[in-house]
Amino acid sequence: MSDAVALAPRAAKVDLAGWWIAPPLIVLALLFLYPLTLIARAALIDDSGGLNLAAAFEVLDSRAFLDALLNTAEIAVASTAGCVVLGLTLGLILAFAPFPGAGLVARIVDTFIALPTFLVTLAFTFLYGSAGILNGALTSGLGLDHPPVDFLYSAWGVVLAEVTVYTPFVLRPLLAAFSLVDRSQIEVASLLGARPLRIVRQVILPAALPAIVAGGSLCLLLTVNEFGIVLFIGAKGVITLPLLIYDKAIQESDYQAACAIAMVNVALSLGLFGLYRFAARRLGG
Amino acid sequence: MTAAAAFHTAADSVAPKAPAGSGVTFDRVSVAYRGAVVLKPLTMTVAAGEILAMIGPSGSGKTTALRAVAGFVRPASGRIYIGGTDATDLPPCERGLAMVVQNYALFPHMRVSENVAFGLKARGAGRDLIARRVEESLRIVGMSQYSRRFPRELSGGQQQRVAIARALAVRPRVLLLDEPLSALDAQIRRAMVEEVARLHADLPDLTILYVTHDQSEALTLADRIAILKDGELSAIGRTGELYHRPPNRFAAEFLGRANLLPVVVEGKARDHGFVGVRIGDAKVVVSGDDHPAGSRRLMCVRPQNLTLTGDAERSNSIEAELREIHWQGELTHLVAAIGESILRVVATRLPNPPARGDRLSFFFSPSDANLIVEEAGV
Ligand SMILES: Nc1ncnc2c1ncn2[C@@H]1O[C@H](COP(=O)(O)OP(=O)(O)OP(=O)(O)O)[C@@H](O)[C@H]1O
Ligand SMILES: [Mg+2]
Repeated sequence: MSDAVALAPRAAKVDLAGWWIAPPLIVLALLFLYPLTLIARAALIDDSGGLNLAAAFEVLDSRAFLDALLNTAEIAVASTAGCVVLGLTLGLILAFAPFPGAGLVARIVDTFIALPTFLVTLAFTFLYGSAGILNGALTSGLGLDHPPVDFLYSAWGVVLAEVTVYTPFVLRPLLAAFSLVDRSQIEVASLLGARPLRIVRQVILPAALPAIVAGGSLCLLLTVNEFGIVLFIGAKGVITLPLLIYDKAIQESDYQAACAIAMVNVALSLGLFGLYRFAARRLGG
Repeated sequence: MTAAAAFHTAADSVAPKAPAGSGVTFDRVSVAYRGAVVLKPLTMTVAAGEILAMIGPSGSGKTTALRAVAGFVRPASGRIYIGGTDATDLPPCERGLAMVVQNYALFPHMRVSENVAFGLKARGAGRDLIARRVEESLRIVGMSQYSRRFPRELSGGQQQRVAIARALAVRPRVLLLDEPLSALDAQIRRAMVEEVARLHADLPDLTILYVTHDQSEALTLADRIAILKDGELSAIGRTGELYHRPPNRFAAEFLGRANLLPVVVEGKARDHGFVGVRIGDAKVVVSGDDHPAGSRRLMCVRPQNLTLTGDAERSNSIEAELREIHWQGELTHLVAAIGESILRVVATRLPNPPARGDRLSFFFSPSDANLIVEEAGV
């Protein structure tokens, strides 16, 4: 008897908790899952409204798609590598060989996270563009006919802009990890005879590895999906997946093709995210 | 041949230049942080093969002095010599030293054996030498069976042994220890102190500079003790000498909480090296000379050198009123009052415990008491 009395309110509470979860789940589904399923649907169904896998596969087998996939991968990997190298170098200097004003530099680099990505690209155009400051100075200084510096309108320009924009995403977790490295470990190591490079390799980097992996995968994720920078630079022949999707959907109004490519892009992103989670878990524990 | 003997006869040292067991000389070394002087010009020598303990209250500059030897801070003035050569401008990695710190600072992602091998690899030792040294060093600290473990899989005491092995593996010219045992609990600490003592007995050439705030560690281990106070060397001397004849009030109180009673010198006693003094009405004989009659001094006598029964040797007696009595297992602590002064007594055996308020006679030997000039030193 007393048991039943004690149990009844608890059951009611559990029910209530269950209902609380429902609204956010519905919002989540509406916001994220529904658009995804729409895209998936659009990828597989042609204008007539029938299932058409052949069209989707045709898009994925095209030269344009494969080129874009390759471009995306190359640019993302190169940019991420650049971000990691630059982030590591900056981070090591800021954390372990601070100069007067190092804190200010770290904060300025940090604020880059807040800026829109195309802003840097715009600035690059002013600096290195065909009518930019550098080319202007060179053409008038050396009396040339053509602007000599044209790397900006190539994959290199995209990589340079992405490295500038995304390095803070590596630097920030790195600085956090570096600040946790036990200074006495570094001192003991140096007294044992280790020079700075060995200390970086064997003492600091192993401690910062999770941060490097986390920052690096975040960079990879962001650069795979980068749209604004590639569009703004507008280099001929540098077409990445997001840009191809844009072209198909907006320029050619070929929604099925756009959605089919988008699915690949989503799969790529989710795969990278899964890898990142896996690495983070392995390294964290 | 014991492990330790093998350890020191092998000729294949990878330490830079000088052989293991060099001394350290501070020559007017001062250190300042952003203009604030935390170590005033310090001159002292740690002899090769000796254990010198640096003790002093928190913030007195012990760690700073050690860090100057290691090369982690640049002296504002003065020179530091290691093994007779000027090391003031050498980077830490070229000083041929090793250090053990309070939090062990083991490399967490390396196994025990890799931790111990670290310094040898950094100094470019060959693979055979590394293997042999790692094995020897771990055996000396009794950690051979743990070589495959990671630091997080060890207890605090075991981690500290590994840290010591890591330092020993490179055969440092001087081993620097900064409160190496203070993170351990009392029981393990006592065992580890004995172990460090054994270690030094096995490696008699090893020079050790040992920073601690625990005076019992210093008394147990050190050949000599340096007492720092407010960034200044207050006293330095052989351990027993410093303990029995502290040169100043601070040394007397810091090292073993001596009783300091104001006295007036009466004059030389009959035996050479002793003087008669007056405490209130009582007249006692204490060791000392060169104290002019009529001058005021502090008489220093240790709590454990006072007893409730006299004999031929404990010929001095003073009367005091018992204020407190604390029984602590084997020892009983008594606090008594002589006029304005407090007298602390530690008794080992008390068949008939006195009561508070009793007037008691305390006895001590003339050679267990000495005089301090109140203003001497710091
Ligand atoms: N990096 C630093 N910057 C500024 N002041 C410092 C620095 N390191 C130490 N000090 C100051 O120097 C003085 C001596 O410090 P030190 O660490 O040598 O003391 P210690 O004798 O080792 O004390 P403890 O027993 O607490 O370890 C202290 O007043 C401390 O505040
Ligand atoms: Mg200290």
